[in-house]
Amino acid sequence: MSQTLEAPAIALEKVNKWYGTMHVLRDVTMNVAQKERVVVCGPSGSGKSTMIRCINRLETHQEGRIIVDGTELTDDLRALDTIRREVGMVFQSFNLFPHLTILENCTLAPISVRKMPKAEAEELAMDFLRKVKIPEQAKKFPGQLSGGQQQRVAIARALCMKPKIMLFDEPTSALDPEMIKEVLDTMVSLAESGMTMVCVTHEMGFARMVADRVVFMDRGEIVESGTPARMFEDPQTDRLKLFLSQILRGH
Amino acid sequence: MTPPTADVMDATTPAPLRERPPASVYGPVAWMRANLFNGIFSSLVTLILGFLILYGLYGFIEWGVVNAVWSVPRTATGALDPTSCRLVHGLGACWAAIGDKWRFMLFGRYPYGQQWREALCLLLFIGLYWVSADRRFWRRELGLIWVATLVVIFTLMWGGVLGLSYVAQDEWGGLPITLILATFGLALAFPLSVLVALGRRSTKLPAVKMLCVVYVELIRGVPLVALLFMANVMFPLFLPEGVNIDKLLRAQIAFILFAGAYLAEVVRGGLQALPKGQAEAADALGLTYWQKTMRITLPQALRLVIPPLVNTFIGFFKDTSLVLTIGILDFLTTSKTAMADPVWQGVSTEIYIVVALVYIAFCYTMSSYSRGVERTLDGARNR
Repeated sequence: MSQTLEAPAIALEKVNKWYGTMHVLRDVTMNVAQKERVVVCGPSGSGKSTMIRCINRLETHQEGRIIVDGTELTDDLRALDTIRREVGMVFQSFNLFPHLTILENCTLAPISVRKMPKAEAEELAMDFLRKVKIPEQAKKFPGQLSGGQQQRVAIARALCMKPKIMLFDEPTSALDPEMIKEVLDTMVSLAESGMTMVCVTHEMGFARMVADRVVFMDRGEIVESGTPARMFEDPQTDRLKLFLSQILRGH
Repeated sequence: MTPPTADVMDATTPAPLRERPPASVYGPVAWMRANLFNGIFSSLVTLILGFLILYGLYGFIEWGVVNAVWSVPRTATGALDPTSCRLVHGLGACWAAIGDKWRFMLFGRYPYGQQWREALCLLLFIGLYWVSADRRFWRRELGLIWVATLVVIFTLMWGGVLGLSYVAQDEWGGLPITLILATFGLALAFPLSVLVALGRRSTKLPAVKMLCVVYVELIRGVPLVALLFMANVMFPLFLPEGVNIDKLLRAQIAFILFAGAYLAEVVRGGLQALPKGQAEAADALGLTYWQKTMRITLPQALRLVIPPLVNTFIGFFKDTSLVLTIGILDFLTTSKTAMADPVWQGVSTEIYIVVALVYIAFCYTMSSYSRGVERTLDGARNR
């Protein structure tokens, strides 16, 4: 594995989180190396979304350390700004800004956060919209696009900030089956470009194709992790076996 | 796939004969059938209501037009002779009273010879609304236009400079007072309300949040009249000796605080209604709090609450008439004072009708403008 020499892109050390009295993350420890592609899976309520949202502090952890790209996540706002600039996120429900055009959705952050000149930001946005194969929709509003197109715009919007790390929180779960493929294709080509990725998903085909490592979570803790082939063909724990059998039965 | 064009259709299939739909399906007759005479009960209601409306209309035209007195002769001494009005009392309207009293209704006790100044202020206000309503003028310069107009209006009202004679604030009255209170009240209450709404939703600043909650709950818990009394009587007691804030300004401040509290809750409702994901997406992109608020959450929230916002605006516009309780003469009060003229005894309905028409003109303009804005915004994003 490549994570021995370089500093990891993301490091979680014994992270704990509670919602009230409910323990949602238990001693989660995980390293993601530069350019590594990690798929996180697990039953619903296992804490995988919470974990990924802690990485850019949409949720705050209460114990342990999270270090992203060499910066530790604390209450320090400047550290948070640095991290959010370097970490892009794609949500299950797209969360495009409905009152802005597709192009404006993509240029807003580069212009106001990175202080990029408007023309340059638009050029960059069109580049990424071409990469996700919808440059012709640039002048439309999100409400006029299909779910798959919206999610691809969301990916382009995140990429426009030129992040070092991309987080995906169940990016295909809100999509109709025929649109899942177009989003996954986009993610595969992104993975091939060498982006560091952490992806919460149930798409095992995607995991097999691009993941360097699969992490299985259940009840707030990491139960097992390993290469996709090892995880799927030779699960060590009963919980993973059960989960895989349920997933496979569903497909 | 594109639909086949007319040419293609002509070539392959004969064009269908397009007849007009029969009168029973389309047109005024069909409309009346469906909406007015749809069954026995509906027909009965239509006939009864139709009769009542026509009867009322007939009575009003007879009173307001046929039997009405439009002008009265002058006596030898030059005073108006209202005898003809007295004769038709109860049978016909006395519009002559409006002809005599309209200047008092509009301008109150403002010196008669100087009333053109108040008239000019009215025109300036209407011009200001007109410019502000036009999206082409929605730029930074609009703020400057507002400040400039404000300065001009108060210079005109007060005078004392540029050769204009000084008019004490006690003598101001009529429609300009109503517009001053409503315009500056709303123009300042709105930004205040946005700040309060944001403060009340703040999670990181508990002290600010507390302050906003206390402000909203305190002000909402007090009737406007009580607030005006406080502004008029109690507020000067808190000021140091010798400092005296103008009565109109005190009422204006009370209005701003009052409207601010109500509008803040409307704005908060809009912010609350936004999906959480919008703010999260803005956070994830690294936008600062103010960038997120000004570009993402606030524009969407305000668009959502246009109807209740305008509702509050209209209610507040009419509430300005409550300043009569502290002795400021707004349009409604000067109009009521006009009724007290012994010459025009018994003339009140006519004056109330005119007052109502003026209020309706302003309120209806507001509501139809807001509907226009909603339509434009809806069209822009096609959601």
